[in-house]
Amino acid sequence: MATEFVQPLSRREFLLTSGALVVSTSMSLGVSSTYAQTGAVAPSPQFPSPDQLDSWIAILPDGTAEAFFGKMDMGQGLEVAIAQIVAEELDVAVEHVTVRMGDTATSCNQGGASGSTGVSLGAKPLRNAAAEARRILIERAAGVLKVPADKLTVANGVVAVTHTPASSVSYADLIGGKHFDAAVEWNKQVGNFMDVKGQARPKPLGDYQLVGKSVPRRDVAGKIFGTADYVTDIRVPGMLHARMIRPPTGGSTIASVNADSIKNARVVREGEFLAVVAEREWDAIEAARTLDVKWTPHDVDPFPGADGLHAHIRDATVVKREETTRKGDTESAFKSAARIIEAEYHWPLQSHASMGPACAVADVKSGEATIWTGSQKPHSTRDGVAKLLGLPPEKVRGIWVMGPGSYGRNDAGDAAMDAAYLSKLTGRPVRVQGMRSDGTAWDPKGAACVHRARAALDASGKVIAYEFVTKGLSRVNVMFNESDPRDCLTGMTLGLPLNPGAGLGSPSESYAFGAKLLAWEVVPPLLDRCSPLRTSHLRDPLGPEVHFGSEQFIDEIAAAVKADPVEFRLQYITAPRDAAIVKAAAEKAGWTPRRAPAHRVRSLHAKVLHGRGIAYAQRSDTVVAVIADIEVYPKDGRIWARKFTVAHDCGLIINPKSLRQTIEGNVVQGLSRTLFEEVHFDRNTVKSVDWASYPILEIRDAPEEIDIVLINSTDVAPSGAGEPTMRCVPAAVANAFWDATGVRMRRVPLSPPRVKAALAKI
Amino acid sequence: MASVEFTLDGRPVSVDADAAMPLLYAIRNDLGHNNPHFGCGLAQCGACTVHLDGQALRSCVTPLSSVQGKTITTIKGLGTPEKPHAVQQAYIEEQVPQCGYCVNGWIMTAAALLNGNPKATDEQIRDGLAGLKCRCGTHMSIMRAVKRARALMAETAAT
Repeated sequence: MATEFVQPLSRREFLLTSGALVVSTSMSLGVSSTYAQTGAVAPSPQFPSPDQLDSWIAILPDGTAEAFFGKMDMGQGLEVAIAQIVAEELDVAVEHVTVRMGDTATSCNQGGASGSTGVSLGAKPLRNAAAEARRILIERAAGVLKVPADKLTVANGVVAVTHTPASSVSYADLIGGKHFDAAVEWNKQVGNFMDVKGQARPKPLGDYQLVGKSVPRRDVAGKIFGTADYVTDIRVPGMLHARMIRPPTGGSTIASVNADSIKNARVVREGEFLAVVAEREWDAIEAARTLDVKWTPHDVDPFPGADGLHAHIRDATVVKREETTRKGDTESAFKSAARIIEAEYHWPLQSHASMGPACAVADVKSGEATIWTGSQKPHSTRDGVAKLLGLPPEKVRGIWVMGPGSYGRNDAGDAAMDAAYLSKLTGRPVRVQGMRSDGTAWDPKGAACVHRARAALDASGKVIAYEFVTKGLSRVNVMFNESDPRDCLTGMTLGLPLNPGAGLGSPSESYAFGAKLLAWEVVPPLLDRCSPLRTSHLRDPLGPEVHFGSEQFIDEIAAAVKADPVEFRLQYITAPRDAAIVKAAAEKAGWTPRRAPAHRVRSLHAKVLHGRGIAYAQRSDTVVAVIADIEVYPKDGRIWARKFTVAHDCGLIINPKSLRQTIEGNVVQGLSRTLFEEVHFDRNTVKSVDWASYPILEIRDAPEEIDIVLINSTDVAPSGAGEPTMRCVPAAVANAFWDATGVRMRRVPLSPPRVKAALAKI
Repeated sequence: MASVEFTLDGRPVSVDADAAMPLLYAIRNDLGHNNPHFGCGLAQCGACTVHLDGQALRSCVTPLSSVQGKTITTIKGLGTPEKPHAVQQAYIEEQVPQCGYCVNGWIMTAAALLNGNPKATDEQIRDGLAGLKCRCGTHMSIMRAVKRARALMAETAAT
């Protein structure tokens, strides 16, 4: 079915035609429970105000509830988790809670999908607001039923007198379709840490009935029967189809454009911002392919080439250094060391390579703008578009519609901004979608880095000093959201001044060594403007990158002192939950001590070699340990990571089934990044433009089994699962490779050619 | 421009468009069936997969003119919530998709594979699904679902 967005009705017209009144804000913004399907609401005159209960929870005339959520479910089951939490506090059936996600007109800016905080931070205000709503409803019921509130019980949205249940009143009758008109205490934070509190205390753990259950997700059927709409499916009457034209080599600028070289389409250009638009999508695609543009190349070739990248990083000037841990005097410890172990690890640039290139639809007119986007952060989209178009933010509405995958700051932000600017320039609604190369060659990349690690041992083999320094391209060369157009290709092509950020990351673990230094150093971007190799957040930013080095280096130290990798970790880990998670994984996998590689390559004629490796890490308050069992096929260089064992503790578990599948996705995507993924480029051109030139894992290379141990630490608040497991996968595989072959793989990806080359050196 | 007639999800349809235009755009833009997705336009991912006379076909590289008189089925025509194909039913039971943008490729390919060989071995399933992409990494669930669909089809055949 085509999704056609009819001319937005005014709020008043909407209320007259819909008949249902649900209100989400104190500013009386009408929001239909069916809005998400019909789109029949004008852009918001105001944002929902976080300090109003109505901005978070609504009870509809039929007694069902709506929760307004400023984060989104990217397919890992967050929507149902939020519904469970809200239903739990409200005492309504979970199927009677609808979660409205990621529309700036109906949700507060909770930071969008960000840092695996959907439950850990995102659910907090919803939980508190739902508890407060329940408190108010019980208070009103007490008035209606003329009994004290403490004599009332709630079940399934009906408040009843505890000892005479026939005396009751429903939520629908108490408030259905009307405002709470109640304030909640807002902590004045905007983004991930936004929280509110009412007078009510949320339920104690012991009273939970829904939280902790594997309630089925509600987004599955629409995806399976082809009835759910993606952002790519949004159609606005009168809209043009657009394709952006990107320079063929890094840093080239437009010399001339021959507008007569295309048919059934026209050129839209301002400065370096260049696109073609057409009434029909295929005409736009053909025009983008055939448009005759003369380019002026950059003064110098801007890139070092993929093979020269790590040497470039090693030699580059440092624009920012931060010591994230400094304990004791490592320098003097290294001077007095009986033995020093050193290693260097390399991580390449990687692409989000979302399943489809980004798409956005924008309708800019009469001083207002509506943007349909697959971005993880529609509130940032709203803010960025407002700045780009010079509109007040309250005149811009960002509507998240599920997109073709996400995984961080991918190309979605650029598409949203491009669509908005094209709509402004053409005076028509515009749908812009990338071609495959826009999603692979032109998305912001995950940061490449070089890790230098060294450890000082005393005569007994004890680690008296440890250093791990990560040097690389910034994780925020462009910001991890699009709230400022200068961080998007749109702003860059229009010549906005840049403001690159500098940041990286360090290992997250609890090893206590005599002296310890963890630090990172950021080098300048390879090309400062309109770069296909600009860097930003890729799922679990710096997690896999850093721990590929740090957790492999721990194994290298263990091997140097002929210690078992599990025993060695437990000897130095200080946090009890960390030790518990390593033990849980080892026990589940049936780990047996191994003090030297099990199957050192004696002969490359062996058909297959087996190895096992472990890695562990923290992320926020989540701890994970991963054990990889791999097979190495020396003849063709293939690694098959046949089995993973994962021990995972993310505090209180909301929905075990969704959690397991989220962990599996982490393992598989992490394995793909470990074995296959590297952005190829030469001195001026990105060569990874599609799935052939940027291969990812296919089902042949998926594990046969992922055995997961969930530790439900009910005394620890939920701490996130969307990313933590991924950071352990690369080192677990590399450590297993060493166990299998006696060869260290210190550069990702562990692709067949690199495996063959490494084994050939033996 | 050409006028091309074919059957889409059981209904006769006609499209006037550039004969070289890929079928995907006819299905999506001219006929308003959104479910096949654009993933790569290069037949490298599977997001656009439909059935042509029962066989999996990448609609993003199939010229419109080549389907004249043929029968095209999309995931929407494969089954419905009331009457799902075994692969769809298994996908629901296993809660397979994350972002879900890839599912046309996996479901349509697996359905064609199992329709032709209901007793496919695990190895044959892995081989038959080669070339498909899933960026979210739901491959474990996919394998569980396809094996479950195989079992469902065996049950149906036995009754």
